[in-house]
Amino acid sequence: MSLMQQLNAKALRMGVPLSVHLDITYRCNERCEHCYLDHDDHGEMTTAEIRALLGDLAQANVFFLVLSGGEPLVRRDCFEIIEYARTLGFNVKLKTNAVLVREKEARRLRELGVEQVQISVYSHRPEVHDAITKLPGSLKRTIAGIRLMREAGLKVTLANVLMRSNSRDGDGVRELAADVGAHYTLDPTITPMMDGNTSVLRLRLPADELRAVFNDPSLVGDAESFCAPPPPVDDGIREGLPCSAGHTACYVSPYGDLYPCVQFPLACGNVRKQKFLDIWQKSPQLAEVRSIRGKDLTTCSSCTHLGTCTRCPGLAYMEGNMRGPSSADCEKSFVRTGIPTAGMLARASGANPVHRPAPGLVQIQTL
Amino acid sequence: MNEIYIARSTAVASRVLDGEIVIMSAVDSTLFSLSEVATVIWQAADGRTPLSEIVRSRICAEFDVAPDAAYRDAEAFIDDLARHGILRVSSAPISSDEPQVAAMAASIPVRTA
Repeated sequence: MSLMQQLNAKALRMGVPLSVHLDITYRCNERCEHCYLDHDDHGEMTTAEIRALLGDLAQANVFFLVLSGGEPLVRRDCFEIIEYARTLGFNVKLKTNAVLVREKEARRLRELGVEQVQISVYSHRPEVHDAITKLPGSLKRTIAGIRLMREAGLKVTLANVLMRSNSRDGDGVRELAADVGAHYTLDPTITPMMDGNTSVLRLRLPADELRAVFNDPSLVGDAESFCAPPPPVDDGIREGLPCSAGHTACYVSPYGDLYPCVQFPLACGNVRKQKFLDIWQKSPQLAEVRSIRGKDLTTCSSCTHLGTCTRCPGLAYMEGNMRGPSSADCEKSFVRTGIPTAGMLARASGANPVHRPAPGLVQIQTL
Repeated sequence: MNEIYIARSTAVASRVLDGEIVIMSAVDSTLFSLSEVATVIWQAADGRTPLSEIVRSRICAEFDVAPDAAYRDAEAFIDDLARHGILRVSSAPISSDEPQVAAMAASIPVRTA
């Protein structure tokens, strides 16, 4: 077991929220076509509120802090927030589009000891990237920001969301990452909007192109093993946890709403009204999320893919049932192995209709 | 014997979990979990107290270990953490105002995907 796995196991045993994703704003200087957020400011937490929250997170032993948005650098106090987080000993990872990063910002991020910066790049071609972000010149500015951050000594990861409009550009972005000395990650997941609107799902990669991704050894390693039929489901899998959401990780929105994960908009409390640790320890919603084991899943518990599926409980929740299947993950499992999932078979028989937004799915949650 | 001074780098993240200190270097993302003895050294690394004094007054006072062996083990531990940018080591007292991250950045290899 690696040290990181030991750390996660210890956090799970102790009920410690090891990792928190905090969006400090939903405002953004880009308007990406697949984005799940609305970008108006509906009353973000103030600097003082965020400082108080960070103090509470440190007290709760949160170690990994992901600061994101929207575009976090549109907040004038972004560096003050990062600096305060670092004085509290967090490992800070920043997600940004780097459009606002100049030499001064790159140097400051490095001085503050930000461990890693993740930047969304959709294509190596400006006409494709800029069409997705709807910000003319954005790729040029993003790449300039990336180079400045690399020169400052920051570790940078290019996150490449693949969808219909950029499906052919994965290799180009990977080459760009190598050129600037950055890591590369690929994600073919498009999620519904936070208000339950599923219109952005039309942008998802078609099955044949997803299949090509899953069979590309340069992306998945041993493609034969990656696409192999799942191993038999055993008791360890049936008793297993779906993912870390709500167990060792959670998400806090710019308005103070606490969710199990950024992709799991189940309102569990608001840090403006309750202490973070009170919500983490006493929220009935989190208790329900934590109670779910593989064997409890309504359709997936009988699925041959149970042990290997990337099933996201948040996506399942957005389809109406956090214990149900996530159709996007059913599709991935099927495309990867050629074996239909229990969720697909249930849908074919008329059960489990997809994309029913869960009731009360709102971006600004009033409790 | 030449004195050695050690100071905790500010380019790290750290937490105490279940009595153990967990540290991650922002320089190379290496994760460390410190033993009891290492934790004492880490907490005593203020840049002003010589290592020999830390070993004598903290390690030997709190643990059943011979001074020479304790000092050798402490040196090896310090070398390891210093390589990952987690501790700063000097032959003179270390001021907390000295630049840290910028100096380390120059030694970071450029990684490709």
